[in-house]
This record gives sequence, C-alpha cells and structure tokens, in this order.
Amino acid sequence: MLKPRVIPCLDVREGRIVKGVQFARLRDAGNPVERAALYAEQGADEIIMLDISATPEGRSTSVETVKAIRQAVGIPLAVGGGVHAVDDAASLLDAGADKVCVNTAAVREPALLEALADRFGSQCIVLAIDAKRTPCEDGLTHAWGVVVRSGAEAVKIDAASWAMEGVRRGAGEVLLTSIDRDGTAEGYDLDLIRAVRASIDVPVIASGGASTPDDLVEAIRAGADAVLAASIFHDGVYSVREVKFLLMAKGVEVRM
Amino acid sequence: MNGESVIVRTGTANLASVVACFNRCEQRVRVVSDARIIASASCVVLPGVGNFAAAMEVIECQGLREVLCRRIQEGRATLCICLGMQVLFEASEESPGISGLGAVKGCVRKLGGPRVPHMGWNRVEPGRVRECAALNESTRAGEWDIEPGEAYYAHSFAAQAVPEGWRGAWSHHGEAIVGAMWRRHVLACQFHPELSGRWGERLVRSWLEYTTVRAEEVTC
Repeated sequence: MLKPRVIPCLDVREGRIVKGVQFARLRDAGNPVERAALYAEQGADEIIMLDISATPEGRSTSVETVKAIRQAVGIPLAVGGGVHAVDDAASLLDAGADKVCVNTAAVREPALLEALADRFGSQCIVLAIDAKRTPCEDGLTHAWGVVVRSGAEAVKIDAASWAMEGVRRGAGEVLLTSIDRDGTAEGYDLDLIRAVRASIDVPVIASGGASTPDDLVEAIRAGADAVLAASIFHDGVYSVREVKFLLMAKGVEVRM
Repeated sequence: MNGESVIVRTGTANLASVVACFNRCEQRVRVVSDARIIASASCVVLPGVGNFAAAMEVIECQGLREVLCRRIQEGRATLCICLGMQVLFEASEESPGISGLGAVKGCVRKLGGPRVPHMGWNRVEPGRVRECAALNESTRAGEWDIEPGEAYYAHSFAAQAVPEGWRGAWSHHGEAIVGAMWRRHVLACQFHPELSGRWGERLVRSWLEYTTVRAEEVTC
C-alpha cells in the first residue's frame, strides 16, 4: 500500500525561500538548501521547489539551487516554475530534479505535456494546476477555474477537465493548488480535491491552505495522495516529524 | 577489474540523483557509455527512467547487450534501478515485440494496482527463505540481504515473479510486485534506492561494502 506523502514546498525567488498570501505579499523564509536538508532529515517524503524568480538571473540561480539540494537530499525532488519548453525541463532534470512541474506553459500549449512525457516519461511530469472558485451562471453553485501566471490571469477552463486532459496528454501526477486558500491557513479546499480526484487516477498532490496537521488529515481523507505545505514548516510551528506523528495518531499511515 | 564505479548513460535517466547517492556513500562514480569501460569496471550502475524500447535501443546502439548480459550472468557487481531492472527480463508489455536483455527468464507486466503509475513510498519486505530453496549453496553463502523498509517507487510496469536462482523482496500495490531481486553481486531494484532516504542510502552502502569485500576476497 502506498503511503500518503508529506511534501514541504519551497517557493524560491532569486535563491531564497519566500512565502506569500495568495501568491502576493512575499516575505523571506530562509535558505532553500538548508531547509531541504532539514526537512529530509525530519522525514519529508519529497521536496517540491517552485522557482518564482522574476528575472533570468534568478532562474540560473535556481538551477544552482537544484544542484545543491540534490547533493544534500536523498529523497525525490520536483521542481517547477519557468518550465516553458522541453529544454527547460532537461536543464532542471540534469541539475538533479526527479520531476518537473509545468503550469502556465501547458495551458498555453497543451502539446508540451506530450513532448515532455515522450522525452522523459510520464512519471517525470507533474501538471501543476492553480484553481480558483468561480460562481456558476445559476448563481448558486460554483466550479473551479484554472488561473495562470501565478494567479494573475484566469483562463476559461474547468480545473477537473484540465486535469483529465493533462493526464491523457502524459502528466503522471497533478499538483493541485487552491488559489483561494493559498497562504490563508484556512485548510485545503476539500471539495476541489474531491472534484479532481474523481476525474483522474494518477496521484494528486493537494496544496494551498494547510495550517494544522488536521488539515493534512482531511485532505488525505478527501482523496489526496500527497499533501504539500509550506508555512506550517517554514515558520517552525511543526517539524515534519511532528506532523507525521500526529497523522499516525489520527490513523493515517505514513512513512516514519 | 579497474576498481572503478560507473553509471551507464542510458539517455533519458536522471543520473544526478544516483551520482549524489554514490557520493554520499563516499564512492566516486562517473557516467560512461563505452562498452570496454563497462566490461572492466568493478561496479556498474544500470539506471533507467522512461520507456523500455527507448532504453533497449540505447543499449543495442552502444553495443552494450553482450557486456551487460555477461556481467549479470557472471554475477559481477551491477546495480540495476527501475527500468534498469526491467530490461534484464526477456520482454515487457510496455513495448511488445522488443527484446530485453533476457539475462533472466520472464516478462515485465503492466501494473494492475489502484493507481498507475505506482508513485510514492511503499513497504518492502524480503521474501521468506523457503522461497529461496532453489538457490544453490554457493549463492546462499555469505548472505547479503535487504532489510525491510520504505522505498520510493515511480513506475507503471513491474516483474511479478522472482526468477529462479534469485532472492527477492516484495511490495504490494493492489497486487504483489517484485521490489528487488539479487543474485551474487547483482542487485536489481524496481524502487529507487537513491531516492529512498536513509533506508535507501543504507541499502546502497551495505551492497557496496558487500560487493567490494567479496571482490577483494576473489582477487586474493
């Protein structure tokens, strides 16, 4: 039986970890290599690093950061941010990433997913979806629309349908972020997790809104195969090990 | 033997993780594709990520089939990871009509588990000793074994039987799959030891120590 994964996320900008609320109001949260090594030591099941650098210099710093993290940790490392072409993915994988996350570029050009899966295999390709609740025309119900460019632009695509198409095109995993919840500490958007879970059979990584171990438990019960969290770990409220002990105590079997 | 550890360049595989793992085990390693170096190296890693047919094409094009088969048959230190384990078999459902190395009997099958790809951490348990009744004494002497633990997997195809004469370790993902198999100094892992945290590092370290020690005994 697969065990649900606990994944600390490093949002990295110009070589430093930053943390924001709903993708804005960034503040410094430490050195990515030191943090990755610490989390791995505490029992993290994987590390996800998202490069949100604004400049080309920042991007090349990021490749160096990937190399340094790879030397430091012996657990899977997924890297995203700025993957627009097969070559971008190749340079991250060469630097030591095990998987690449692709977001905006896949929405713009879905065939990129096929190109990436053909070259590197589906197990290497994580489709990152940023989803935002949008009211339906009836004014009563809502759906989740896809947003791109770090939340700056909404596109008229339903998140669950996009997940399905992305998997059909070759994504081996979906990193599902609720923009509404990101950085809010209100817990994951469980309905979003259920909606996407029901539409695909590859692993779903839930992201956005975690502030307590109970939030992680609920996301896993809603069908997430992995739970991503950032502030909860960066702020030192809980160590990864403490979180995993608390998950075990709630009956969620994790790797200890 | 030239005392060297090398990783076979199979094209699409992520080699940085394997290199980093060996470095953490204080083992220098370089990436090569030259058949002569692979034949003479004291330790060879056959990694593999991607597609069965693509990996076999690289192996055939670089003229590595015979060299690799001989290493496996002679039981020389060879660590095969993920797809690198699958190509040891005769064929795979991933690429019908493509011959594997055929160093062991059997075929690799598409996973039937609840989630495919099988991606994440899963328990690995060594097979019971009675399953190894077929092993001859020389194989059983100086036992090397895998300790139970949690391993990281990322694959959609797997072997479902341990070949005769090999020892095996198992995982369950809706069905039993061969997590690892080993015979003499050959270790083949469906999971990624280089990504399996402390447990994976201990496994690689203990296997390196075992193969190095045994190789020295042979040379003396």
